Amino acid sequence: MHWSKRVLGRRPRVVALAILAAASLMVGAAAQSAPNPAPPAPAAPSARFVVIVDAAHGGDDPGGHIGNQPEKAITLALSVRLRSLLAARGIQVVTMRESDVTLAPDRRAEIANHAKAQACLSLHASTSGFGIHLFTSSLAPASSTPMPAWKTAQAAWVTRSLALSGVLNSALQQAGISVTLGRTSLLGVDSMTCPAVAVEIAPERGEGDTAATMPDDPDYQARVAQALAAALVEWRSEGARL
Amino acid sequence: MIPRYQTILFFILLAASLVMGVVLWQLLERHHQRLLNGEDSAPTQAPLVTPAEPATLEAANDADNTLTAEVQSLPLPQSPGDRARAILNRLLALYAAPGSTHPVPGGANGVAQVFLLPAGGQGDHRHSGPELAVVNLTSAFAANHPSGLETETLTVLSICATLRANLPRVTEVRFLVDGQQRATLAGHVDLTRTYLTAAALPAAGVHP
Repeated sequence: MHWSKRVLGRRPRVVALAILAAASLMVGAAAQSAPNPAPPAPAAPSARFVVIVDAAHGGDDPGGHIGNQPEKAITLALSVRLRSLLAARGIQVVTMRESDVTLAPDRRAEIANHAKAQACLSLHASTSGFGIHLFTSSLAPASSTPMPAWKTAQAAWVTRSLALSGVLNSALQQAGISVTLGRTSLLGVDSMTCPAVAVEIAPERGEGDTAATMPDDPDYQARVAQALAAALVEWRSEGARL
Repeated sequence: MIPRYQTILFFILLAASLVMGVVLWQLLERHHQRLLNGEDSAPTQAPLVTPAEPATLEAANDADNTLTAEVQSLPLPQSPGDRARAILNRLLALYAAPGSTHPVPGGANGVAQVFLLPAGGQGDHRHSGPELAVVNLTSAFAANHPSGLETETLTVLSICATLRANLPRVTEVRFLVDGQQRATLAGHVDLTRTYLTAAALPAAGVHP
């Protein structure tokens, strides 16, 4: 009695599913029998392309100070710009923070590792040096293991991180922004299992090694974000070719 | 006729003057003796002046993210740990000087001690193999260090590269701040790990 009531209750849903299945079969058959098939679409990029945008510091950790602003505010502003630009290009973005909250380095790595991202950018700002500093982990490259050590998990990804750094470098240079490359040991990034690069925005070099534009300048941040977004689009297409 | 009380007062004052003169003379003698005693306890040998030796400082440059070797002549102690400390403090004095290519204000004398231990926890003090240098920075140095990925990385790498250039047996470096382990130097670079001095030179694009 109860069983028959449940089946009767589900009947409209069953009918709808049957109609949908029939319709999809008809559409498929029509597509196969079409006399002039449409030209093949360009190779679609990887079905799932996720970028982690990590605005460093936040909450109790202000980072350094640039002018009268804490580093955490500048990294958050750059993160928001970059997230918007990437979303407009159809790239799925996971941001570590959208407000002034405290996040431990290990928590950031956990978020990045759960997202299984294709690129992880850790955003920083400083008044030292000039242009953009791109840092990858100084861990020695290692082969992937099923259970990597937490503090050196990035070792298996260092080669890909260096490749991502190269793509970012090209895009930034094309945008007329000077770049310095380096290796460092950064808490959080060393535990990420994704191609990871720390991007530090420093003052733009002016005449005679003077700072022309400081990292808190919105136009400068916009140019940097544009170049980073272009680089990630290129990175996505490279990933599709591999 | 001089009144009697004035005569008595005169002699009292005369006696007091004589007593004061004697006391002053004794104080003078005592002070002179004290000075002579002080001279006796002074060292009779001239202090040894350590001859100046050349030391290679791998100085950082923020503008192009490089290390540049700079040879300086400075008196160095014989003990390897004290020697390392003297060299590193000279390096940090460069950074504290005005117009530095890698400014760290107030960073002079930022290295409190350098301990040299057998690398890999061998525990044998008479070994002649690779060594681990434990660099104990002062909290004042860490507090005054500018925050930033590049600047902190260059400080750590320049310390590692300078140790390698002057004490070739030092292959590994660990950092403490006031004797305690600290997560980062100034918010970025990891100070909890062991740094390999061999990796310090090429990573920063060293200029010869």
